[in-house]
Amino acid sequence: MAGKTLYDKLWDAHLVKQRDDGSALIYIDRHIIHEVTSPQAFEGLRLAGRQPWRLDTNVATIDHNVPTTPFRSAAEIEDETSRIQVQTLEENTKAFGILEFGIGDVRQGIVHVMAPEQGAVLPGMTVVCGDSHTSTNGALACLAHGIGTSEVEHVLATQCLVAKKMKNMLVRVEGTLGAGVTAKDVVLHIIGVIGTAGGTGYAMEFGGSAIRSLSMEGRMSICNMSIEAGARAGMVAVDDKTIEYVKGRPFAPTGANWDKAVTWWKTLHSDADAKFDTVVEIRAEDIKPQVSWGTSPEMVLPVDAVLPDPQAESDDVKRNGMLRAYEYMGLKPGMKITDIKVDRVFIGSCTNSRIEDLRAAAAVAKGKKVAGSVKQAMVVPGSGLVKKQAEAEGLDAIFKAAGFEWREPGCSMCLAMNPDKLLPGEHCASTSNRNFEGRQGNGGRTHLCSPAMAAAAAIAGHFVDVREGI
Amino acid sequence: MEKFTTLKGLVAPLDRANVDTDLIIPKQFLKSIFKSGYGPNLFDELRYLDEGQPGMDNSKRPLNKDFVLNQPRYQGAQVLLARRNFGCGSSREHAPWALMDQGFRALIAPSYADIFFNNSFKNGLLPIILSEEQVEQLFRETQATEGYQLAIDLEKQTVTTPSGQSFAFEIDAFRKHCLLNGLDDIGLTLQDADAIRAYEAKRAAEAPWVFNAIAKRT
Repeated sequence: MAGKTLYDKLWDAHLVKQRDDGSALIYIDRHIIHEVTSPQAFEGLRLAGRQPWRLDTNVATIDHNVPTTPFRSAAEIEDETSRIQVQTLEENTKAFGILEFGIGDVRQGIVHVMAPEQGAVLPGMTVVCGDSHTSTNGALACLAHGIGTSEVEHVLATQCLVAKKMKNMLVRVEGTLGAGVTAKDVVLHIIGVIGTAGGTGYAMEFGGSAIRSLSMEGRMSICNMSIEAGARAGMVAVDDKTIEYVKGRPFAPTGANWDKAVTWWKTLHSDADAKFDTVVEIRAEDIKPQVSWGTSPEMVLPVDAVLPDPQAESDDVKRNGMLRAYEYMGLKPGMKITDIKVDRVFIGSCTNSRIEDLRAAAAVAKGKKVAGSVKQAMVVPGSGLVKKQAEAEGLDAIFKAAGFEWREPGCSMCLAMNPDKLLPGEHCASTSNRNFEGRQGNGGRTHLCSPAMAAAAAIAGHFVDVREGI
Repeated sequence: MEKFTTLKGLVAPLDRANVDTDLIIPKQFLKSIFKSGYGPNLFDELRYLDEGQPGMDNSKRPLNKDFVLNQPRYQGAQVLLARRNFGCGSSREHAPWALMDQGFRALIAPSYADIFFNNSFKNGLLPIILSEEQVEQLFRETQATEGYQLAIDLEKQTVTTPSGQSFAFEIDAFRKHCLLNGLDDIGLTLQDADAIRAYEAKRAAEAPWVFNAIAKRT
């Protein structure tokens, strides 16, 4: 019998019931809640007269709507609809008795930064949240994925999901990453190779020596964007770094439970003879710093490239997509990536707002100044604790001296549900995860890149190859 | 949930691939705490010439006449014809809510993003997968014939064109059962409450740390 993949092991450990029709009930260990996708789920529970199945598995925080300028209570949120959502979460968590890290709590932050930071997510868990970037948590060898609001209600009411087993994909990145090439560049490169639907229907495991060489933060950046490659769930096997990362976190086990947990966690890797439905091989040496040029994450290129010719694309649907992207982005085929000027720079989001990301950006910004042509460069830490850590290391001082704005934690300009947004036509070097039309503000033009590349673009006023220094 | 059995409806073509959920319903409209009322803001950035905000009177906003769904011939459409990877991006269930609220009951495309696909079934919206060639043919026929309608039969798993040509589609047995009967799957899952409790007891013995309480701390 063939061995099991990591996903097979996680699935088997959480299978409550296999039904005859091919669907299954899967137990959910951890449910993370934020203000945008939960109100209708709580309302559904109320209307049906149902109580949550378990309270102690849920943890909530506010992130999507919160301003990144200081505020002390929901009442100070200017936008009425944002305020109502934040207040509604406060009311719901209070009414149902669910733990929330709210306004003013140092633990408040982006759901996918907060959860691993608190040890609320542990290796081997099934983790869901009404947010597609829940895949981030797969970096801890979890089965973690986004769900819709109906499923948020379903998990609250039953602690289970109705699921069908996905196929197994392994993306193996072997070799040594070059200087200036980060986890973000690895995942953008992967998306460029397999496309935004390449992982549809798969649970995607990232493996190989280049992945193992990454920190936990780097692995989170990669698993975060598995959804941009089409895969709901991304994951990385447990190794010593995983266990070291979890140790001592507030919700991590201790004593005998810790030892017992570690014993099981060490089995959370694909067996040597495991069978994957698809294997993608990538050479680490082929990966350069990446910048997206279009309106889909697969429209991404190495920083030293020129923009592609749509007429060379034989697939009609793809060619039409490229033509539309050129029109929206205001760019021309043949242009160099390094000639794209940026109006704003955003360093943050659940992809790249952890301490390592801020360190990488600060290393580039240190002693430099944001270019006069750049209207705004902002750094938004992923959580109150990341912010505190960065300030203890003096990173805030480096950013401020260079002309960056140093903000309060939240999702911010990644999706512009709060006041941080692009104006029509503006180009933004962004460490976020989606370059869709209008994503960062109506008419805004997003270029996805790593924190170091974003900081370098802020200083030069246009994209530059971070490997060459500035 | 609304049942889905059969549907004969007008078809509207949206000829672009990778339609993401930000395009289907932009983020500013996700601030609502309700499930309905999203229809007028479906495809907001394509549909109107100005920037939409919650609370606006949408009937007074300038329409983008070039946007296909604004054409008079597609008003009242119940079937949306789309290209590959429809619904990619965020997990927002507001996307199927907006499509339903606008009057769509079925989608036809060569492929969908996983989370959107799943969310659609939870709301009585049927996402049908046909081959690239079949979808291409339907695009040609829809664009060529005003008032073009398709007949969808979920029980038989068929899409039938006005000329009587029938295309079969695949669907998961469980999802089909729920859609045909308009079943709320929370109720179905709770029928297995004993199995869930048994799992919890077994799991708590072998992996007690998973059940370390995240308790409400004040």
